[in-house]
Amino acid sequence: MKKFSWRGLSIIIFILVTAFYLAPLAIPNLPGWWSKHTLKLGLDLKGGMQILLEVDTSQLSTADARGAVDQNIKIIRERIDQFGVAEPSIQKLGEKRIMVQLPGVSDFEAAENLIKQTAMLEFKVVVQPDEAKRVLDFVDANISANLDRFPELKKLDELDKKILAEPDSLNQSSKAGVFSSLIRSGDSDFEVQFDSVRLIQDLMADSLFQQMIPAGRQIALERADNTVPRADRILHVLSSAVELSGGDLARAKVEYGSSTSTDPRIANKPYISIEMKREGARKFERVTADNVGKRLAIVLDGIVYSAPNIQERIGGGRAQITGRFTSSEANELAIVLNTGNLIAPIKPISTSIIGATLGSDSIRSGSMAGLIGLGIVMIFMTFYYKLSGLITDFALIFNVGFVLAILTAFGGTLTLPGIAGIILTIGMAVDANVLVFERIREELDTGKTPRSAVDAGYKRATITVWDANITTLIAAAVLYQFGTGPVRGFALTLTIGIIGSMFCALVFVRSIFDTFVVTGTKKTFSV
Amino acid sequence: MRILTNTNIPFVEIRKITYAISIIFVLAGLVGLFVRGLNWSIDFTSGVAAKVNLSALDSSVSPIQIDELRSVLMSNGFPEAEIQHVGAEDASTFMIKLKSKDADDAVSADTKTRVIQIIKDNFPEHVKGRDINTKVIQEIYEVGPKVGGELRTQSLLAVAIALILMIAYIWFRFELTFGLMAILALAHDVIIIVGIFALTGKEISVQIIAALLTIVGYSINDTIVIFDRIREDLKANRKEPMGKVINSSINQTLSRTAITSVTTFFTALSLYLFGGAVLHDFAFAICLGVIFGTYSSIFIASNLVLDFNKLIHKEKQTAQHLSRRR
Repeated sequence: MKKFSWRGLSIIIFILVTAFYLAPLAIPNLPGWWSKHTLKLGLDLKGGMQILLEVDTSQLSTADARGAVDQNIKIIRERIDQFGVAEPSIQKLGEKRIMVQLPGVSDFEAAENLIKQTAMLEFKVVVQPDEAKRVLDFVDANISANLDRFPELKKLDELDKKILAEPDSLNQSSKAGVFSSLIRSGDSDFEVQFDSVRLIQDLMADSLFQQMIPAGRQIALERADNTVPRADRILHVLSSAVELSGGDLARAKVEYGSSTSTDPRIANKPYISIEMKREGARKFERVTADNVGKRLAIVLDGIVYSAPNIQERIGGGRAQITGRFTSSEANELAIVLNTGNLIAPIKPISTSIIGATLGSDSIRSGSMAGLIGLGIVMIFMTFYYKLSGLITDFALIFNVGFVLAILTAFGGTLTLPGIAGIILTIGMAVDANVLVFERIREELDTGKTPRSAVDAGYKRATITVWDANITTLIAAAVLYQFGTGPVRGFALTLTIGIIGSMFCALVFVRSIFDTFVVTGTKKTFSV
Repeated sequence: MRILTNTNIPFVEIRKITYAISIIFVLAGLVGLFVRGLNWSIDFTSGVAAKVNLSALDSSVSPIQIDELRSVLMSNGFPEAEIQHVGAEDASTFMIKLKSKDADDAVSADTKTRVIQIIKDNFPEHVKGRDINTKVIQEIYEVGPKVGGELRTQSLLAVAIALILMIAYIWFRFELTFGLMAILALAHDVIIIVGIFALTGKEISVQIIAALLTIVGYSINDTIVIFDRIREDLKANRKEPMGKVINSSINQTLSRTAITSVTTFFTALSLYLFGGAVLHDFAFAICLGVIFGTYSSIFIASNLVLDFNKLIHKEKQTAQHLSRRR
């Protein structure tokens, strides 16, 4: 029985790690904790949009500037969540830059506008239900009269009419126009079904539609509930006067009511306490006094985040927003409220948009080139070094797997230059083996036995392998440090590839030699 | 099978010839650099690059000619637009590039939107029925002036830092002369390749900078394997003249150098042939890098060490220094 060896252990770990992280790529239906480790593809392979934004902090103090960048990131994330992008990535780059990556986004103009607009926080009064009904009826009538100018709605209307015209339709007398058919009155609010949300959003962005709304009124959707798929959205009718804006707020923060509190609204629950600036406090007092019993909508970028009831007149510039919040909802609302202090504008400084077809073409041609390159190298090695070459080929495949596995393990992304890095590694990975094999051949030529030739060959080649690879690693490290995005991906795969190839050559292949090939007193060695 | 083993090619003796070949290449590269200048991509100049597909759904609409597109862009305020076909001519796919000439004349933030609008307005029949954002505009990049300028500085800095770190490592492992001469050989490779890019008018993009650094890493790798052998042989043959030792070291490592170059070249070549348009220039640079990197490792780097040592009369010390040190 062989004694325990570190070398054996490291090989087992190497194989297990590779297998663990590669399994999700090959085997479907793995348990969730396992399959969540899959290789992420870069934008250049998946298609999508990338925007680099710069926060203009020239007007702010250093401390505020740092906060402003973080706040901008939160706002952008919030907006993108509302826009509905799968796996967005929003990163801070350096001191005041933000990199936004939106895989799979095709309507890039809308996405770009959404991201670069300045955050606008406003407080507006929600009109009473009967007034809201009147406004919606008014809009409805207006639209019915000008139906030709809204092609989308007209199409819908014709469809409705066709259904209504059918004899068994019960609703012959319905006079509701096409617009109100999209809106359902709930118990206290109006709701828009998920399927109609996009249409309503498009309408609200249309200046023609805005003319259909009575003066002094405004329609706004409430924030989408991301925890429920295909959730309906609440629609509010607001008075369009801005009662208070973000600049009037000094601070908002989440607090927790103590469990012994006598006030049932805050007992044991998170709530938000807000503090107004002096001018804001005065405005707030007036608004609350005039509108007791109504609701005050907190509107960020045209989306209603919350519409708490005004229970009494509030003086002194301090208020609480209570409600059935989870603590994360309360946190988000506090962030929104704090955006009032956001005075640092953002502007895009570079944008890339890559079509999805281009990405899949790149994957196809990249893997094709890789397989061909791998094939040529493997054939060459087998041809030139016989059995030893075959063992190297085996290690080479492991090395490619190892690069992909480590990339997955560290949550890296595979980019097209990354694929190029892997392909180049294939060519360069055999180098360490070549160095060793050439050395072994030289040793065999001096008449040594296979056993001692292998030992001497490894001994003498190891230093060279280290020297040669460390310099390449230096180049890769510099590349990683200076590069962004795709180039970084290349540096990363190159680095992992070099480390993997050294391990393969000096430990993996050697162990196979020692264990299976040059055992005992064997007289020949195929190299 | 064995190739190039037990060779005895007089690399050291023919060094005057190989130096001359290198000097010709380097001079050609420098002339290219100074006469034609580098064609920096929009990554560095800032600007807009868009890949648009204008093949109409309706087959009766005649395909757009490149001149048509150019004159439309020219009359809409983009006389500097560079337009190329992507793929076959009848694919009607074009790459449009608008580069900022200098910082004052930067491409403004709405250039991208304007280009899209111009295409929408002028070629309605070719765009008709297809989604402009996914089918017509296949790819679009916009780089602001700030980013472009920074990137150029950063890239030069990156190449410089890589070279300095390598000198330091080789100095530590061998000797300063070796480090300096290895870097001289690297500069030779980089100048030739950049020169070829200048002469052929190919673009220097971020990917090409990445390729250059890879070449630097690859070429030094080759050089170090030979240096390593020289160090070992100098130790074993203290009596021999340095030139003879160097020559036999290059010959001993020749088969390894050739094999590694061949495998790397094959993979780079397969990347060039099958890796798709995006990686084309990158793979081209790597292929060149393997050729010139191998050449300089075999014919230039070690010979430079020999000549430099002769120049400063330190052959003895170098040999002693290397054989003392581990």
